[in-house]
Amino acid sequence: MNQRSRRIASAVLLPVISVVAGFVVAGLAVALSGADPWQSFYALFQGAFINPHAFPDTLVATTPYIFLGLGVALGFRAGLFNIGAEGQFYIGALFGVFIGYSLHGLPAVVHILLALLAGILGGFLWAAVPGILKARFGAHEVITTIMLNYVAFALVNFLINNGPMVDKTSSAPRTPYIDPAAQLPILVSGTRLHAGLLLALLSIPVVWFLLDRTTIGFRIRTVGFSATAARAAGISVAWTILATMGISGGLAGLAGADEVLGVAHYMPPSFSTGYGFDAIAVALLARSNPWAMLPAAFLFGALSSGSRFMQFQTQVSADVISVVEATVIMFIAAPVLFQWIFRLRRTPAPPVKLASEEGVL
Amino acid sequence: MNEATPLTLAALGGVISERSGVVNIALEGMMLMSAFTGYVAAFQTHNLWLGVLAGVLTGVVISALHAALSISLMVDQIVSGFVINILALGITGVFFKGFLQEASVAGPGVLPTWHIPLLSSIPVIGPILFVHQPITYAMLIAIVLVQFLLFRTVWGLRTRAVGEHPLAADTVGINVYRVRYLAVILSGGLAGLGGTYFSLQQIGQFLPNMTGGRGFIALAAMIFGKWKPLGAFYACLLFAGAEAFAGQIQIWGWHIPVVGWPIPFQFLGMLPYLLTIIVVAGAMGRAVAPAADGKPYRKA
Repeated sequence: MNQRSRRIASAVLLPVISVVAGFVVAGLAVALSGADPWQSFYALFQGAFINPHAFPDTLVATTPYIFLGLGVALGFRAGLFNIGAEGQFYIGALFGVFIGYSLHGLPAVVHILLALLAGILGGFLWAAVPGILKARFGAHEVITTIMLNYVAFALVNFLINNGPMVDKTSSAPRTPYIDPAAQLPILVSGTRLHAGLLLALLSIPVVWFLLDRTTIGFRIRTVGFSATAARAAGISVAWTILATMGISGGLAGLAGADEVLGVAHYMPPSFSTGYGFDAIAVALLARSNPWAMLPAAFLFGALSSGSRFMQFQTQVSADVISVVEATVIMFIAAPVLFQWIFRLRRTPAPPVKLASEEGVL
Repeated sequence: MNEATPLTLAALGGVISERSGVVNIALEGMMLMSAFTGYVAAFQTHNLWLGVLAGVLTGVVISALHAALSISLMVDQIVSGFVINILALGITGVFFKGFLQEASVAGPGVLPTWHIPLLSSIPVIGPILFVHQPITYAMLIAIVLVQFLLFRTVWGLRTRAVGEHPLAADTVGINVYRVRYLAVILSGGLAGLGGTYFSLQQIGQFLPNMTGGRGFIALAAMIFGKWKPLGAFYACLLFAGAEAFAGQIQIWGWHIPVVGWPIPFQFLGMLPYLLTIIVVAGAMGRAVAPAADGKPYRKA
């Protein structure tokens, strides 16, 4: 095998084998818990592809994973581990829903754009905090973003449960419905598939262009490669960290706003089922490559929409997806493990490397 | 003191692990898994002590996984810890729904409160220090023990040497891998004991995600306590105090001055997390982490 085909083979093989291993481990867990893994996984498959509405729903679930995965991957490229995507997603949705229900009488295009921009702004601001803390004080982003997640949950809970954003006409705690003009148009009538998918597909080349063809992208990659080298080359590391966190959070916020405008049309206090955490797995699975984000996000979209049906059908908790996820990350992050299992002579890919060179917990 | 128990145990685990140079954000997952297995073991055997033992062993097993991934396989330590946290959430979730949901009505109860004879009758200090449940006593002993082991024994010296300069330690004949493995596994045992606090000492039940981010707060307390056992304990007391204080304010029904609105409980819930952010941002300049913390060591 020549160098090039070997590289392509490993780039495809590693993720595929990781996913298979994920299902094996998850199957074991299901079997141990006393359920039938074949039946459960068949239900998962049914819920993701076969049932009426299953496929459009899978695409709907894929949409936020694309945005979030791109955001997390962008952080990885700069050596930043943004565990705060979940919180940024919440704040983005909060900003988006606020614009969505508080303004009336605007043309749909303007209203939708404003709400999406608000979502980006919310995620940007929420992510800028750990960005500043990291750039200015060296506070490790893993700790600060985790903590900000909890703060975001509490803030959203307050505003929507007993705070100013609660819809007083509703018995369940939630925000008012957004203005019809702010709803993203449905692509295929009779399904929930909305125009957000097109936006997500569009964001892939945009992020690729940003990373590979612009100065800021070059800076991000240089800082991720070696902060010391970047500093020596005259790149402001602090600014790059801040910008990367901000853009990463903006994408997460866009995902949140898109979810509100496209699917729910209002916001309940517990809005996400861990999209932001799954996104870390998506980004790792795609090895931070924007183009590879599409299949990775699609896989997680299928898992997420299928798991709901599975939980309903077989009494197996949808949490089983986390087991798949963890195993996938483990395999992706440990090429040595991979190498050891398959007795390969050469390491198929470089290990996932994060900000452990400088500035540790 | 009660709120501080699991935090301190996990934070002590963090101290040992990071002193040897391995970041352990998996503390959260270890506590959750141990809370679960501890509960199941106690439920099956009708013996709370076996439950505690099972919890500690679970911590040991999971931390061995973290050690294998991060030390031998050189996975980024943060990725490895993150994986363990999701795995713990997933597995406990699946098993909880699988066979615990109906069974958890009649639990095995909680660990008894021990009054230490004589000492507990000392006015003021007695009830504070000597009327507790067993895991709290274990925590107090662990603080002294870890402090002593880390700073007064050859093992402690070796562990700290490996965390500061693994190459130098290797040169003088210390087995870096063995020292790190032992430290991470001990760390897991302590976190495991801390995890059993939730299911066996506090409420006598297992609930999904019942540790709710305490492992991360323990990590912050460890940083705040400058990677020292006693320092970590004081920091845990502070965090636990903030949490208790938040609960008290809600009971007292304090209102915001001037406008007279009640303080929403969600804001009080944010206190420990905000405090952590401030601490992590502020303490970094003053406290210095072990030099080789977070760096995999590759023997040449």
